[in-house]
Amino acid sequence: MKRKPFPWHLFVFLGPAVLVYTLFMIYPMVASLAFSLFQEGEGGRQVFVGLGNYVRLLTDPLWSEPFWNAFKNNVVFFLIHMTVQNPLALLFAALLATNIRGAWIYRTIIFTPAILSAVLIGFAWKLILSPTWGIWFPILDRLGLGDNEVAIALLGNESSALITLSLISVWQNVGIPMMLFLAALIRIPKELIEAAQVDGASGWRIFWQIQFPLILPTVGIVAILTFIGNFNAFDLIYATQGALAGPNFSTDIMGTFFFRTFFGFQLRPGDPHMGATVAGVMLLIILSGVILYLYGWQRRIEEVQY
Amino acid sequence: MLRRLLSALTAHAILAGYSLLVLFPILLVFLNSFKDQMAIFAEPLKPPTPETFSLDGYRTLLEVANFPRYFMNSLTVTVVAIFLIVFLGAMAGFALAEYRFRLNTFLGIYLALGIMVPIRLGTVGLLRMMAEWHLVNTLTALILVYTAMGLPLSVFILSRFFAQLPPDFKDAARVDGASEYRVFWMVLPLVRPALGTVAAISMIPIWNDLWFPLILAPSERTKTIVLGAQIFLGQFMNDWQAVLAALSLAMIPAVLLYLVFSKQLIRGLTAGAVK
Repeated sequence: MKRKPFPWHLFVFLGPAVLVYTLFMIYPMVASLAFSLFQEGEGGRQVFVGLGNYVRLLTDPLWSEPFWNAFKNNVVFFLIHMTVQNPLALLFAALLATNIRGAWIYRTIIFTPAILSAVLIGFAWKLILSPTWGIWFPILDRLGLGDNEVAIALLGNESSALITLSLISVWQNVGIPMMLFLAALIRIPKELIEAAQVDGASGWRIFWQIQFPLILPTVGIVAILTFIGNFNAFDLIYATQGALAGPNFSTDIMGTFFFRTFFGFQLRPGDPHMGATVAGVMLLIILSGVILYLYGWQRRIEEVQY
Repeated sequence: MLRRLLSALTAHAILAGYSLLVLFPILLVFLNSFKDQMAIFAEPLKPPTPETFSLDGYRTLLEVANFPRYFMNSLTVTVVAIFLIVFLGAMAGFALAEYRFRLNTFLGIYLALGIMVPIRLGTVGLLRMMAEWHLVNTLTALILVYTAMGLPLSVFILSRFFAQLPPDFKDAARVDGASEYRVFWMVLPLVRPALGTVAAISMIPIWNDLWFPLILAPSERTKTIVLGAQIFLGQFMNDWQAVLAALSLAMIPAVLLYLVFSKQLIRGLTAGAVK
């Protein structure tokens, strides 16, 4: 038998993708992590400080206060997506999966905002909720909230801005988990559901006892995608509230905090080393979520299914 | 029977109600962009009439901001990046599915890392690298970053599709003396739906991104439509006609395009996402 020639084709096929991916994704990530271990010393020299920047971020009040504020806000942002967006998406998907007439139109419409930039969505809602325009006011009057300061300027009050922006983000993105749930529901064999119907089970029971358990893997995927997306979000807050994530940093999340730290704001110059440190912490948060999902959720699901 | 009818009605009420909530803001912005300032504030919920019709917003837009250029920049970046994501992804996906070699599993996992980890977290490193290579404020920088961002999912999905192809066809070609490259070209059309899926999934985040244009290519020459709109909207915050016109101009083509291709897009999204 002839000896196999050297597999050049492997290099040709895999080389370009691996090269681009390594150079522009992996290498910058590693370089950024390495960069977070240094600080600028005298005369612009790079001085190795170990985990010093991380300690500073978590303990120096100048850094830790805005950091914990952004983290806390991001948790709220995420929890609103988990408790409003994903159940709503599941409800829509369950209704659409019943082969309701016009399902195609509904799902096309509900998905529409997801194809638009968060910048445009954010600005459109900013106009609609603006007290200058006041389209909102007749509804408020009817609800008896006509003089309520918070309701008049939902995006201008510390107590309401973050929740309002979270709900705008939910409004924009609910179509994505809806599609994922719907795709999973459609794949369930029809016979299973028909058999239950013959036995006289109600739609409610069929959903919770047959359909929902079968789409649990998708529930996990949706949760982890929401988590990654939320802890990496930036565009909506930056577009509507600016880099300062006002009012008074009440809508600041990790993404906007990272941006400000890296590029500076007002009189404070940017600090690339601290920026890289914030990115390092964000990476840690996201990786913890992914690991929790892979080992805590997916593995257990597999045990149940097989 | 009555119960069934009632539950169908409830379902329609929920879905139609939410659909209205989706359409209302988009239509509101669009309709008001064709009205004069007075009418926008006096009667925001009414469509433009011959008396209130005005194109002043669009006029300001054309005079102040170079939207055709921003649009072309977005188009260039998206089209080139999508081509690279699909083509390089197909080559790599084919190799991972077709050949058994020592590093196969490792490379598969290595490339899949990028599905879970957002590329934004490497921004500090990326900006320094692009500055060193004099690529800041070029569309090339954006194309390279977006290609790297889209490749992991592309390789992952396409390798699964290539793996499902029956081997007989390829083996027959090899017996006839076809090279491995030729075999690749022959099977590529067989996964065409998957290529469409990958293109559809990758396109939206690239076209809509604000982060990288803002950081890597904020110059007037290289602004994308999203960054251009963001800056324009910030500067003209008090010129309602101009702001509404800018929002409409940026939204409506995307919405129309989406409505035309929604069938393919949604099918692609669900097919790809399930895997």
